[in-house]
Amino acid sequence: MLRRLISGDTPRSTVLSIVLLVILIALAFAPFLFPGTRSVDTAARVCIFIALVASYDLMLGYGGIVSFAHTMFFGMGAYGVALASIHMGRGFDALLVGSVAGALAAAALAFVIGLFSLRVRAIFFAMITLAVASAVAVLVSQLSSITGGEDGLNYKIPRALTSAHKFMDDKLFGVRINGKLANYYLVFFGSLILFLILLRIVNSPFGRVLQAIRENDFRAEAIGYRAVYYRTSATCISATVAALAGSLYAIWLRYVGPDTTLSFEIMIDILLMVVIGGMGTLYGAVIGATIFVVAQNYLQNLMGIAEAALGDLPVIPLFLNPDRWLLWLGVLFVLSVYFFPTGVVGRLRRRV
Amino acid sequence: MSDTVLETRDLTVRFGGHVAVDHVTCTFATGELTAIVGPNGAGKTTYFNLISGQISASEGSVHLKGRDISGLPVPERVDLGIGRAFQLTNLFPNLTVLENVRLVIQSKRKKGFNLLTMAASHTELTEAAEAVLERTNLAAQRDQIVHELPHGTQRKLEVALLIALDPIVYMFDEPTAGMSVDEAPVVLDLIEELKADTSRTILLVEHKMDVIGTLADRIIVLHNGALAADGPPAEVIASDVVQEAYMGRALEDA
Ligand SMILES: Nc1ncnc2c1ncn2[C@@H]1O[C@H](COP(=O)(O)OP(=O)(O)OP(=O)(O)O)[C@@H](O)[C@H]1O
Ligand SMILES: [Mg+2]
Repeated sequence: MLRRLISGDTPRSTVLSIVLLVILIALAFAPFLFPGTRSVDTAARVCIFIALVASYDLMLGYGGIVSFAHTMFFGMGAYGVALASIHMGRGFDALLVGSVAGALAAAALAFVIGLFSLRVRAIFFAMITLAVASAVAVLVSQLSSITGGEDGLNYKIPRALTSAHKFMDDKLFGVRINGKLANYYLVFFGSLILFLILLRIVNSPFGRVLQAIRENDFRAEAIGYRAVYYRTSATCISATVAALAGSLYAIWLRYVGPDTTLSFEIMIDILLMVVIGGMGTLYGAVIGATIFVVAQNYLQNLMGIAEAALGDLPVIPLFLNPDRWLLWLGVLFVLSVYFFPTGVVGRLRRRV
Repeated sequence: MSDTVLETRDLTVRFGGHVAVDHVTCTFATGELTAIVGPNGAGKTTYFNLISGQISASEGSVHLKGRDISGLPVPERVDLGIGRAFQLTNLFPNLTVLENVRLVIQSKRKKGFNLLTMAASHTELTEAAEAVLERTNLAAQRDQIVHELPHGTQRKLEVALLIALDPIVYMFDEPTAGMSVDEAPVVLDLIEELKADTSRTILLVEHKMDVIGTLADRIIVLHNGALAADGPPAEVIASDVVQEAYMGRALEDA
């Protein structure tokens, strides 16, 4: 049963299995294990980024396709939910319509980009995605009457998903059983399902073909696989999942803006997460997203503590100033690439 | 033995000013094994590339069962029944031997767009792949990663992939090159076995005259890209073109 759920793709390393299990349990019970708005918010981001990074890895790690438009697809799902919620009024129907519309639009755009550019060279595809993603970002910030421009959009989501709605008067294990908790579990199970679907796809006959094409597209064609169709399909699936992750993000944040979904910084974050976790294995997305999002949210705190503790020493506190957190993230990244060139998962799976 | 399955008409390709294949008009009948010979650089591999679609012709056309397939991309020609093994080993190096063969079976059975089933649960594909490994004497290497295999074994896998594809027209490009003396006969036996089924048409590029003499129904000679001779083995081997252009070189090699 469990094997079927994870599509027979076992972690193949005891340490990795344990780490994955710890992450799963931590996320499944996050509101109870780490109560507090900030930590639950971090947990929700981890869930969403796991799905997002896994969808990116389907393209990059399995398909060998480099895309810079992943945040654009992510944003399409998010803006879909936002626009539907604004124009249809708050409601689950708006969330559903927005998510489906965003996903379809993302798939359609991915299809067009893929069919036109994947025929040619991989680098051409990368450039086209960069151009389209930049154009869309500019468009979104210009069309402020529709998209809210740089300010983004605030909107209402169903009460049943907000803290205003209480399911029980009493607390359970010290946690309020309210709409916010329901919202978290929507994000958690939504991301989990997206992840399991991706895991199934990469372990399906289709996933095998993608791997074959990445290995040797010339021979894959010579045994009858049309590489463009497979690459384009992978791109569409990846875009669809990214859009759905974006919808979950929009539902969680009740806000969309260029900074939360479309920005090029997030695109770079995704790339870093894939590389840190390990390309070509979806479990890498889990590890990469968890490490990265947690570091992003807590490195500053950690540094603040360290700065206070070492405040008396010369020079050192200068480096530990919380404003330097990006520097340390960079150092972490360089170190992880240096010590784990195949990502954390690759390292853990290495045969000794 | 009479009906034509494959035909090339004035097939020509130029690379810059160099004519690599020069107006080759030739027909291949169902069930026939045709050996293609010619010195290095004669255009044999290029002729194959034109038939299987890796490169497109500057002039002329390729017809399969009367249909002009010159404009079709490689995978569509595969669907129609043109299969190819390469002179330079061309495999999936980081996958296992079994995975390599299974990919071919999966393609043949049109299972590639199966997104939501587990590949491992398709035992029928695995079994068919194992049968091919058995036939090609590769069963012992089933789970080895291809790039870790010795060259000769990789060459054998190259042939195994074509056998797994089981096309209408088999094209072997020097299948025994680089094989040891005990590996080569295995492959030649396989080709002989394929030949026994008269629905298959085989094109074989091979340098070893003794091999061709017994295996082939017919020999064609390419020289500087052009068709220089065409006929029964004994006749062609004895002809002047072959004696000059080809046997001379083979004798030097020996
Ligand atoms: N893509 C290409 N671009 C330019 N020239 C090419 C290309 N492919 C082949 N040629 C040239 O065409 C000629 C024929 O090459 P080809 O590989 O078909 O010969 P061959 O008969 O297979 O020789 P061999 O016995 O060495 O395999 C050679 O001169 C080669 O350099
Ligand atoms: Mg050749």
